[in-house]
Amino acid sequence: MITVDLADTSVRALNDRLHKLQPETNERAWHVINPKGAHALACGLTIPIEVIIEGHAGYYCAGMNKEATVIVNGHAGQGVAENIMSGEVRVKGNASQAAGASGHGGLLVIEGDASARCGISMKGVDIVVGGSVGHMSAFMAQAGSLVVCGDAGASLGDSLYEARLYVQGSVESLGADCVEKKMTPHHIAKLERLLARAGIKTDARRFRRYGSARRLYNFHVDHADAY
Amino acid sequence: MSVDPRGLRPSYSFPQHVLAEIHRAADQGLYEIRGYGAKRHLPTFDDLVFLGASVSRYPLEGYRERCGTDVTIGARFAKKPIHLKIPITIAGMSFGALGANAKEALGRAATEMGTSTTTGDGGMTEEERRSSKTLVYQVLPSRYGMNPDDLRRADAIEVVVGQGAKPGGGGMLLGMKITERVAKMRTLPVGIDQRSACRHPDWTGPDDLTIKIQEIREITDWEKPIYVKVGATRTRYDVALAVKAGADAVVVDGMQGGTAATQDVFIEHAGIPTLPAVRLAVEALQELDMHRKVQLIVSGGIRSGADVAKALALGADAVSIGVAAMVALGCNRPMFIEDYHALGTEPGFCHHCHTGKCPVGVTTQIPELQARLKPEQGARWLKNYLTVMTLEAQTLARACGKSHVHNLEPDDLVALTVEAAAMAKVPLAGTDWIPGQNSRY
Repeated sequence: MITVDLADTSVRALNDRLHKLQPETNERAWHVINPKGAHALACGLTIPIEVIIEGHAGYYCAGMNKEATVIVNGHAGQGVAENIMSGEVRVKGNASQAAGASGHGGLLVIEGDASARCGISMKGVDIVVGGSVGHMSAFMAQAGSLVVCGDAGASLGDSLYEARLYVQGSVESLGADCVEKKMTPHHIAKLERLLARAGIKTDARRFRRYGSARRLYNFHVDHADAY
Repeated sequence: MSVDPRGLRPSYSFPQHVLAEIHRAADQGLYEIRGYGAKRHLPTFDDLVFLGASVSRYPLEGYRERCGTDVTIGARFAKKPIHLKIPITIAGMSFGALGANAKEALGRAATEMGTSTTTGDGGMTEEERRSSKTLVYQVLPSRYGMNPDDLRRADAIEVVVGQGAKPGGGGMLLGMKITERVAKMRTLPVGIDQRSACRHPDWTGPDDLTIKIQEIREITDWEKPIYVKVGATRTRYDVALAVKAGADAVVVDGMQGGTAATQDVFIEHAGIPTLPAVRLAVEALQELDMHRKVQLIVSGGIRSGADVAKALALGADAVSIGVAAMVALGCNRPMFIEDYHALGTEPGFCHHCHTGKCPVGVTTQIPELQARLKPEQGARWLKNYLTVMTLEAQTLARACGKSHVHNLEPDDLVALTVEAAAMAKVPLAGTDWIPGQNSRY
């Protein structure tokens, strides 16, 4: 385990070290202490290393990562795991806005609550939230899955494409073109796998599924008031 | 020619094209979507002229005395700034809006001329990365195709806040152009009418933008210049805020800027012309003592070397061309005329990029139409055009006695109209009057 103390080192120096690691490195376990909400921690990673951040992360923690695992033992600021390509990011506390924004793959787990716009523009990432999500979550979500064990705020899944949304608690309101859909055994099985990957124990059969009504895929004047 | 005895009188407020548009709106119930830029009459660089050499200034010899055209972009923070041989770059246009052959042609020509091309709202294609030696990678609100590997193999990064054709609007690509390949790149179902987001998903205001730019720098190890692109609206504030957010370069796109598809009302009625936008941008940079330290790239209706020279004289470091580059590739050329007719238009009037049925193979995904544009031919056309623009700019610069096009200055210009004088803040020809300046009131 290599410890980097951000009280003594800059974020630039940390990211530079992580970026310079070779794929065959044996320096695979990293421990970052005193993050104090610094931004862009452990972003742009490309190899399967593990980085544990001991404390709160600022904006864009683990942004645009591939293959790596990043664990935040605290809360994470705006845009955690934004544009994640693969690998895993886990936030033990809560996450601020736009968690997992435009993520293409991999898994983002937020054990606490996520804020507004969780999973906005997601393009294939799987996001599992142990708590609740704020308004406009899964806005324009194109692909991937958002699983919410708590409640969802207003306008869930507004302008949704093909992402799948599963909510255990209440949904304040649904956004444009987002509708409740049937939970089949196939969906329950998929959800169970997601929950297992996230390490969250709850009954998949208590969730409801939401998806796109697909009325806004091609403009038709009769749907004009849905815009 | 006989005189019509009925004495028909057209309405200024309701001319033919407005009547036709109201009829069309009544039939279809949808706003008009089209490609191209603003067609209405606007103040342009045509309203400015250069004061060539005279008794009080002397010129440089054309073709013999050196007139430099090179420009460096991004030395503010980037470890690897971009060096361009000419101050004309190719603006962001998406693969999706344009076909693969067009993108390849743009790349080849830009490489031969020592300048850059820019990706668009669909991400980076292999064709463009291979063919374009200097490639600017856009980070747009949609984040279609965004991935860090492309970020790392780009030569510069352009954070797009907006574009001149539709400041405040997101991209649009209609179903006909969302082919399998385009759909896969954008993670969308085939055949839908794609509308990009108009705001970035993970940042909103300038304070967030500062942090976002830092993140992009961290991911790319501070190597690459980061541009911020805005459609020209509140340009003075936008440029100042972009500088404060840490941009290496600012791209300002005036309302004449083109698009492959958006609502006509956006194109014609939002944004300010390029002419006032240049001055506003330069003033913002000068106020922050950042002129020439943060580069300014100007676009929106740049058509000739005269436009290039005028933009530079007003203080820009470089210009970017979009529509003009497509015209060089054959847009609106009088060939395949029956296909223009099938679209309901004629060469010289076509703005039908949004249909995907471009008669000359530029803004289409249909293989038979794309085949009409051979990348080698397109590259040769564009290279010739860029060469001409550069020579024209140098001609004007030498005539003003300048050994580098960047030495052109506002003092070399006068305006032919009161509007242009006010917008560009150069005197009305024959006077020393700049409206709004040196006024006693």
